[in-house]
Amino acid sequence: MIREKVAQAPAASGAAPTLLALKGVGKVFSNGVTALSDVDLTIREGDFVSLLGPSGCGKSTALRLIAGLSTPTSGVLDWRGGGSLDRSNIGFVFQEPTLLPWANVFDNVWLPLRLKGISRAKATPTITEMLARVHLTGFEDAVPRELSGGMKMRVSIARAMVTKPRVLLMDEPFAALDEITRFKLNNDLLELWQDERFTVVFVTHSVFESVFLSNRVVVMAARPGRVFDELAIEASYPRDEAFRTSPDYAALCRQASDVLVKAINSTAGAHYDGH
Amino acid sequence: MTAIDERMLQLDPEEARRVRQARFERIGRWVLPLAIMILAIWLWDRICVWNEIPQYILPRPGVVLWTLYNDAGLLFSSLLVTLRITFLSLALAVIGGVGLAVLFAQSKWVEMSFFPFAIVLQVTPIVAIFPLINIYVNDQTTKLLLCAWIVAFFPILSNTTLGLNSVDRNLRDMFKLNGATRWQQLRYLRLPAAMPYFLGGLKIAGGLSLIGAVVAEFVAGTTGQSSGLASRIIEAGYRLNAPRLFAALFLISLTGILIFLVLSLISHLILRRWHESALKQER
Repeated sequence: MIREKVAQAPAASGAAPTLLALKGVGKVFSNGVTALSDVDLTIREGDFVSLLGPSGCGKSTALRLIAGLSTPTSGVLDWRGGGSLDRSNIGFVFQEPTLLPWANVFDNVWLPLRLKGISRAKATPTITEMLARVHLTGFEDAVPRELSGGMKMRVSIARAMVTKPRVLLMDEPFAALDEITRFKLNNDLLELWQDERFTVVFVTHSVFESVFLSNRVVVMAARPGRVFDELAIEASYPRDEAFRTSPDYAALCRQASDVLVKAINSTAGAHYDGH
Repeated sequence: MTAIDERMLQLDPEEARRVRQARFERIGRWVLPLAIMILAIWLWDRICVWNEIPQYILPRPGVVLWTLYNDAGLLFSSLLVTLRITFLSLALAVIGGVGLAVLFAQSKWVEMSFFPFAIVLQVTPIVAIFPLINIYVNDQTTKLLLCAWIVAFFPILSNTTLGLNSVDRNLRDMFKLNGATRWQQLRYLRLPAAMPYFLGGLKIAGGLSLIGAVVAEFVAGTTGQSSGLASRIIEAGYRLNAPRLFAALFLISLTGILIFLVLSLISHLILRRWHESALKQER
């Protein structure tokens, strides 16, 4: 679907205010593994940032640190120039749909609001709207096992978005889905992001997905987990199926892929030809 | 039936065979055990007749049935006594088991400290504990209840504890991210997640509470204080009244089966929409 909307890549201009700055952030686990080492990363309001890297590069750890599910060993997370962000401003989408298997779609999406003490009646308009946004109208009464993998992920996204968070953190959300479903969810996610103007931090190991979705791709390397390089994806939004087959997209993917190969090979002892 | 026959016409031989097999299995599930049971009873009857076994040693099945009818008043009033103990102790086992499990789930320390006591209580034979209970507790009902409860509560406690601790890590993180309180996490996440485990424990505890009640009556019955089914059995044993002994035994077994079936049904009704154990196989 092509929208008649002025294309805008907000952060590419660099004008948007900083939302979060990671300054020298490191994380060492109790077993001695250095998951992250000296990470500097700035996330601006309205950014769609992808953290791209091989497994073990600490991208999920970085996401958990941002979510506040884990605390850094060294360095600071600076939310909007000081202090920490209210957790209710964060939405989190896990790699698995992570739904309550005994609750139906409506109740699953209601959960974050319910935990804040909002009654079913009061929450209903928001939930109905959110379900419509992820194309799940009519599935309110279905339980997770009755849904396909893609639909479960849609429920998970609706649940993360129902509190209208400023930041959406996504940990390889579409990795387990088939390609057709993933493409569709990519498109729907972009549409949602353009309408609501929230900030997304998206962890993935797919070059193609990161380039298609984001305005910034942060490439990470492993052992120790660190930021290797950053690419600005200067293609305008909205991006649709036409963009997916365009030469521009192919060129950007190649560029990102080259950086990723360098990042992988920067780890001592690793060798990877890529392509 | 015609609908199935029509559909069969369109199926290839392999699928048709599968449908037929499924139908046979459905029927066989009920018919086979029933047939074997009837055969066994018939054989029992024949053995009595062929060997001319006297009634006070092994009564014929018909005589047992006749006794069940004749002594119905006596037997059923005893059954009620046993049932009362059984259900009361099961209810207490549920309250105690779940209550303790929730307490254990609050902190690893509490669980580590007190779980061994539960195990000690479980592994010590109830028959060996009863004389002590007999000394310390005066009230007959309380005595029996305590016995049956000790036998029945452990499976509920251990299963529910396991269930409360088996919550998906990501779901826990999700609750944490949404600022859930301890109580909310228990109410909306851990208790529902523990439900299948609890129901599994309940099915075992149902049978055990009956066993506990009967065993307790047995031990108490030797001192002539009980009026439940077990004391009927002891009494009948003294009098060489084998038909009544069999009739009482039959009632106890039947009760056990009914308790199991009812608890299985409850479990199925609660879990049927979401839990793997209650789902029909789909291909």
